[in-house]
Amino acid sequence: MNQSLIYLIRRLGFYLVAGWAAITLNFFIPRLMPGDPASIIFARFRGKLKPEAMNALRETFGLTDEPLIGQYWTYLKSIVQGDFGISIAYFPEPVTSVIASGLSWTIFLAGTSLIISFAIGTFLGTLIAWNRGGKLDSILPPSLAFIGAFPYFWLAMVFLYLFGFKLGWFPLGHSYSDSVTPGANIQFVLSAIYHAILPALTMILVSIGGWMLSMRNTMISTLGADYITFARAKGLRSRLIMLRYAARNAILPNFTGFGMALGFVLSGALLTEIIFSYPGQGYLLLQAVTSQDFPLMQGVFMTITFTVLAANWLVDIAILFLDPRTRS
Amino acid sequence: MMNYNNDSILYRWIRGILANKKAVLGTSLVGFFIFISIFGQLFTKDPTAFLSTPLSPPSADYWFGTNGQGQDVFAQTIAGSRQTLLVGFTTGFLVVIIGSLIGGVSGYYGGRTDDILSLLINVFLVMPGLPLMVILASWLPPGPLTLIGVLSLTGWAWNARVIRSQMMAFKNRDFVSAAIISGERNIRIIVVEIMPRMLSLIASSFIGATIYSIGAQVALEFLGLGDVSTITWGNNLYWASNDLALLTGSWWTFVPTGLSVAIISFSLTLINFGIDEVTNPRLISERIWKEKISNSDTINGITPVRKINE
Repeated sequence: MNQSLIYLIRRLGFYLVAGWAAITLNFFIPRLMPGDPASIIFARFRGKLKPEAMNALRETFGLTDEPLIGQYWTYLKSIVQGDFGISIAYFPEPVTSVIASGLSWTIFLAGTSLIISFAIGTFLGTLIAWNRGGKLDSILPPSLAFIGAFPYFWLAMVFLYLFGFKLGWFPLGHSYSDSVTPGANIQFVLSAIYHAILPALTMILVSIGGWMLSMRNTMISTLGADYITFARAKGLRSRLIMLRYAARNAILPNFTGFGMALGFVLSGALLTEIIFSYPGQGYLLLQAVTSQDFPLMQGVFMTITFTVLAANWLVDIAILFLDPRTRS
Repeated sequence: MMNYNNDSILYRWIRGILANKKAVLGTSLVGFFIFISIFGQLFTKDPTAFLSTPLSPPSADYWFGTNGQGQDVFAQTIAGSRQTLLVGFTTGFLVVIIGSLIGGVSGYYGGRTDDILSLLINVFLVMPGLPLMVILASWLPPGPLTLIGVLSLTGWAWNARVIRSQMMAFKNRDFVSAAIISGERNIRIIVVEIMPRMLSLIASSFIGATIYSIGAQVALEFLGLGDVSTITWGNNLYWASNDLALLTGSWWTFVPTGLSVAIISFSLTLINFGIDEVTNPRLISERIWKEKISNSDTINGITPVRKINE
C-alpha cells in the first residue's frame, strides 16, 4: 500500500507541473505575441469598452508597471485564489462565476457520452478481436473509421438538421426546456436528458471507433498469451475466457489511453456544444472568441485543463485498484 | 546480389502497398483531391462572385446550390480545398519534424534529457488542445501562417511520444552499438542510422498528423479564427453557420464541405491501415498464416496441429 501511495503522489506531482505549465503559458502567450499586449488590447477595444472595463482587463493580465517577474507572481497568486479576472462579454461579472454556470453542463454531457462510448467501444473491440476475421470484424472497423473521419461539429450539424429540424424528434438547442424549473424534480431531469440525447449521440458515434480499435489491438495480443491457451485446454467456456480472462487484462492499457484521450475528446465536446447551443464551456468559448473576451477564453482553457488533470488522477487511482501490478 | 536488392525492405513495402486494396484506394482518393485542389478552379465558376439568389437549392446550373452570399457552393468547395490541404500537409510535415526531433533525442539519450523532454511531451499531451489553439490563434493575426504555427505547436506531442518509444527500442540494437563504437556522432546515428529504419512509423505519423491538422484547422476556422475573407473548407462552414444554414434548412451549404473533409481524412486513414498491414510484423505473420490455412477450420488464436505444406 505504501508503494501505491508513492505512485499516486508522483502522479499528483506531474499533474501539478502540468497545471503550472498551463498557467504559465497563459501568462506568457499575450506577452510573447508580436507587439505589446497592452496596446493590442487598447487598439482592439478602444471606443468599445468603458474605461473601467479597460482597467479590469489590464488588471486581469497583470499589465502593470511592475517588472515581469513581479507581474508573474501576482498572476500566479490570483489564479491560485480562483481569481481569473473580469469577463468582457459578461462585464462586470468575474470569469469564475461565468464559467461555473456552464461547468456542470459540460461535465454532465461530455462525461456521460465519454463513459458510454468507452464502454460500448471496448465491448465491441473485445467482441471483434475474439471473432477475428469474422463478419463484424470486417464491417465495424472501416465503417466506424469512416464515421470517425467526420469533423465532430459537422456531424452535429447534420444530426441537428435531420433529427431536430426536419423530423422534429429532438429540441434544437439548450440544455433543458423553458417550461421546467431547474432543481431536483423529475420534469427537469427528464428534460435535461432529452436535450442531451442528440449531442451525446454525435459524440459517441464519432469517438467509439477509436476505443474499439485500441481494445481490439490489446485484446489480440492478450489472446496470444499462454494462460489463454491453457484456459482453453482446460475446456473453460469461451464466454468466460473472453470476458474474465482476456478482456479483463486487455482493458488495462486502454484505461491509460482513456486518460490521455480526455483532452482530445473534451475538445470535440466543446465544438458539439457550440452547434447545439448547449450552455457549457464550448458555448462560452465561442462567446469569448466572437467578443474577443481574452480573460474568459483563458479561464475556459484553464478550467478544462484542470478538469482533465483531475480526471486523469481519478483514472490513476482506478488503475491502482484494477491492476495489481501497479501496487507492487 | 540483385536478388537481395529486390527483397530489400523498402522494395517489399512498396510492392506490398501497391498490392494492398485499402492503400491503393486511399492513395488514389488523396491524389484525386490534390489534383482538384491544384487544377479544379480552372473548371468552375468564380467562387467569390455573386451569381444567383442566395440560398437557392442545388440545380443544373449550381450543382451544390448557392450560399448566403449568392456564391456557387460547388466552386467554393473546390476552391476551399487548396488552402485547407496545403495547411494540412504542411502542418503534418512540421509536426513530424518537431515530434521526431524531440521524441528521437529524448529516446536516444535517455537519462536527464529524457526526464525533461518526456515531461514536456506528457504536459503537452495532457493539455486539452482546442482551447489552447483558440487562445493562440486569437492573439495572432488570422491567416494560414497562424494556423500552421498554432496547429504544429499544439499537435507535436503525440508524435514525439510514439517516436520516443520506438527510439528506445532501437537504441539497444547491435547496429547502434556498432555505430557508437565506430565513433559516429550521436546526431548522425539518430538521423542517418536509426530514422531510416523507422520510415514506416514516420510515414504513418505524417499521415496521422495531417488528418489531425485538417480536422483541427477546419474547427478553428469554423469558430471564426481563420482569415474569414479567404475561401477554405473551414471558412465555408463558418459562413454556412453565420448565414443560419440550419434555421433556413439550406443543408447544401455545409454538407459538401463536411463530406470532403470526411472523405479526405478517411482516405488518409485507409493509407495508414495499408501501411500498417504491410509493415506490421504481427499482421504480416497473421496474413501468411491465413493464406496458408483455409479460413474455415481454424480456431481463433490456436496454432492448428496439422500439416501445412503438402
